[in-house]
Amino acid sequence: MSEGHDDHGHGKQSFISKYIFSYDHKMIAKQYLTLVMFMAVVGGSLAMLVRLQLGWPGQHAQFWETLFPAGMAQGVMTPEFYVMLFTMHGTIMVFFVLSLGPVSGFGNFLIPLQVGARDMAFPFLNMMSFWTALPGAIIILISFFVEGGAAASGWTAYPPLSAIRSAIPGSAMGQTLWIVGMIFFIASFTMGGLNFVVTILNLRTKGLKMMRLPLTTWAQFLVGILGLLAFPALAAGSILLLFDRGLGTSFYLPAGIFIGDTLFPHSGGSPLLWQHLFWFLGHPEVYIIMLPALGFTSDIISTFTRRPIFGYRSMVYAIVAIAMLSFVVWGHHMFVSGMSPFLGTAFTMTTLCIAVPSAVKVFNWLATLWMAKIQFTTPMLFALGIVSFFVTGGLTGIFLGTNVVDIQLHDTYFVVAHFHFIMAGAGLFGLLAAVYYWFPKMFGRHMNERAGKVHFWFTFIAYYGVFFPMHYLGISGMMRRIYDPNTYDYLKPFQNVNTFISISAFILGLAQVIFLANYFWSMFKGKKVESENPWHANTLEWSTPIHPGHGNWPGDIPEVYRWPYDYQHPDEEGDHAPQWQPPAKVKAAK
Amino acid sequence: MAETLTVPKTKSGDGGGGDFVDQSFGDYGSGGESQKRADTAKLGLRIALGSVTMLFAAFTSAYIVRSAGEDWIPLAAPSLIWVNTVILLFSSVTMELGKRAFESWRPVAFRKWIAVTAVLGALFIAGQVAAWNQLASQGIYLQSHPHSSFFYVLTGVHAVHLLVGVLALFYVLMLARRYELTPGESSSPGVVATYWHFVGGIWIYLIVVLFYL
Repeated sequence: MSEGHDDHGHGKQSFISKYIFSYDHKMIAKQYLTLVMFMAVVGGSLAMLVRLQLGWPGQHAQFWETLFPAGMAQGVMTPEFYVMLFTMHGTIMVFFVLSLGPVSGFGNFLIPLQVGARDMAFPFLNMMSFWTALPGAIIILISFFVEGGAAASGWTAYPPLSAIRSAIPGSAMGQTLWIVGMIFFIASFTMGGLNFVVTILNLRTKGLKMMRLPLTTWAQFLVGILGLLAFPALAAGSILLLFDRGLGTSFYLPAGIFIGDTLFPHSGGSPLLWQHLFWFLGHPEVYIIMLPALGFTSDIISTFTRRPIFGYRSMVYAIVAIAMLSFVVWGHHMFVSGMSPFLGTAFTMTTLCIAVPSAVKVFNWLATLWMAKIQFTTPMLFALGIVSFFVTGGLTGIFLGTNVVDIQLHDTYFVVAHFHFIMAGAGLFGLLAAVYYWFPKMFGRHMNERAGKVHFWFTFIAYYGVFFPMHYLGISGMMRRIYDPNTYDYLKPFQNVNTFISISAFILGLAQVIFLANYFWSMFKGKKVESENPWHANTLEWSTPIHPGHGNWPGDIPEVYRWPYDYQHPDEEGDHAPQWQPPAKVKAAK
Repeated sequence: MAETLTVPKTKSGDGGGGDFVDQSFGDYGSGGESQKRADTAKLGLRIALGSVTMLFAAFTSAYIVRSAGEDWIPLAAPSLIWVNTVILLFSSVTMELGKRAFESWRPVAFRKWIAVTAVLGALFIAGQVAAWNQLASQGIYLQSHPHSSFFYVLTGVHAVHLLVGVLALFYVLMLARRYELTPGESSSPGVVATYWHFVGGIWIYLIVVLFYL
């Protein structure tokens, strides 16, 4: 049994056990990525509608009414529809695209391959994890079609808006489904994280010490821990929210809430309590999204500069530090909540500390790139894009992490710009870089390079076109969730900027069509991979056959002799020595 | 399902999907396969307990924040919970007896103690429901005031965790009746025992938080 995990065994598997209720981590990863792609199209389309409204507030073409008879009657978008759009855009993108893609998708695909394991530690749990995420996604999608529409209280679901069912149309059934969908998501993510941590700790192949792990796997390891420790806080918060919504408790709801003429019987609850619980998850969640992207970046930069990553140990310590600090900074999302200035200063201090390990990472990447002969492949371009976004978004993070400055910038477009660079941008580019880089391992074919480069340049430039001007809008006082900026005279002069952003956003959206076409075309028609290690990389996944079967290696699992960054090693022949290649001295002795 | 290569049916024998613990691949170099598997299960449980701890930590912090509210009326503990506490403590003892019987391979005693523990667990849950009824008959409901809300929510969440433990005990019992557990190899009795003690500990913790904080 232990030797039989090769391709030949697949002939016996039924369609259902191979493609649907699969235990194979690689197939589960592909299921996740397919789900993510679908959710990304939905989430992206919502963003396009947001930009349609902000670019040209007021009257839109009549034809929109046929698509959204209630939300855009006679071509005019209702405010209720607008708040639902950005709420669901944020929810879908943060949880069902940027978490499920790089973590559940690529974590599943890469961890067993990179640590030299036949599968995850608990394959059944792994399958359950996907089959919990999928109902969660479906519930979130169904919520668009219930009375009142989907949730509309922002992706942060602050009470009272999220806790009183009659507050706004989206507070009704849509918000309930939002919470239920999130609980499914949390369950899925927790099962996944458990698998990640146990697999990495316990199933590493012979010779693979923790300090020989690729930085991608290090990142996934920390993401697993972050998810396991942070998501329970949101689970607890969501349970209390459900009780407040449906069962008349007052955890979050204070006394004296009127909706219309109705006085609600709640008393004494604290809306801030939700904010604390939410952001105790919310901030680690940012790193759950970002750390995998940073790991991919390190591995891809090393491969395409043909150089060891600069400062491997400091890279590991940096992400460990970032992960630990992420638990003590959540208050910086709440500087305007009436928090004591002393506490605010404490949160400012812990937040600014994150700049140190972040800067370590950037300088290590720059040192790796310095004077290197860079191969500008598509995954490398996206990895460099991440470095760029990480710097842009990281610098604005220092502004927003400082309480005195944040009070001015809080809930403006400056914040929107910031997190779209640091979290969304780095996360999205990480996902794209990973797809381009590991596509040959997933499907045995290459993606089209030319289309990939066109996709990169359109995406990269349009991304800056969308989000860079938002900094100025934010400093000028444009509110984050505003439906029509022209309501205020002082925002009228910025309408041109908003129109420019919207046009850039549409270009950004269209550019993704190139990616989707390339992905599906390459899956069936792409150039076939000729060797198992097409990028001449060092990590263990490239020692598997071109089409690894269930069990990953047909024979024994290879032993690991070195770290994953032995490029241009003076003692070794060739320009790289993969992890499974014995040192030259050992080879000579044999 | 059993056709997938992941489930070494002939080896660990459970076939179905329930025991994720025993389904990991065994190829870790030389020998010690089942030992490694047990370690994986134990490690998995410990990490999962970390998550459960965070869940109750989050509830505790919510409790502390909310208890500073002006409308906070301290709740007198329903007398039944003390009976339930004794039942739960006693079930931890029987659980331990069962685990030790398993380790020294006295299968009859092992099965007996596991069954007793499961029954005590079920009794505890029934007792909790009775305690809720006791409160409700005094006119103290879920939404009456924040302390009662927390009492119902926290005991409810705890009861769900204990129910998972009871189901796991029945599962172990089923494996034992099928002669599928071997001391030194099978991890499920030890893992369930750890979980059981942990959930018992959470109960003591909740009593302290709810009534002595």
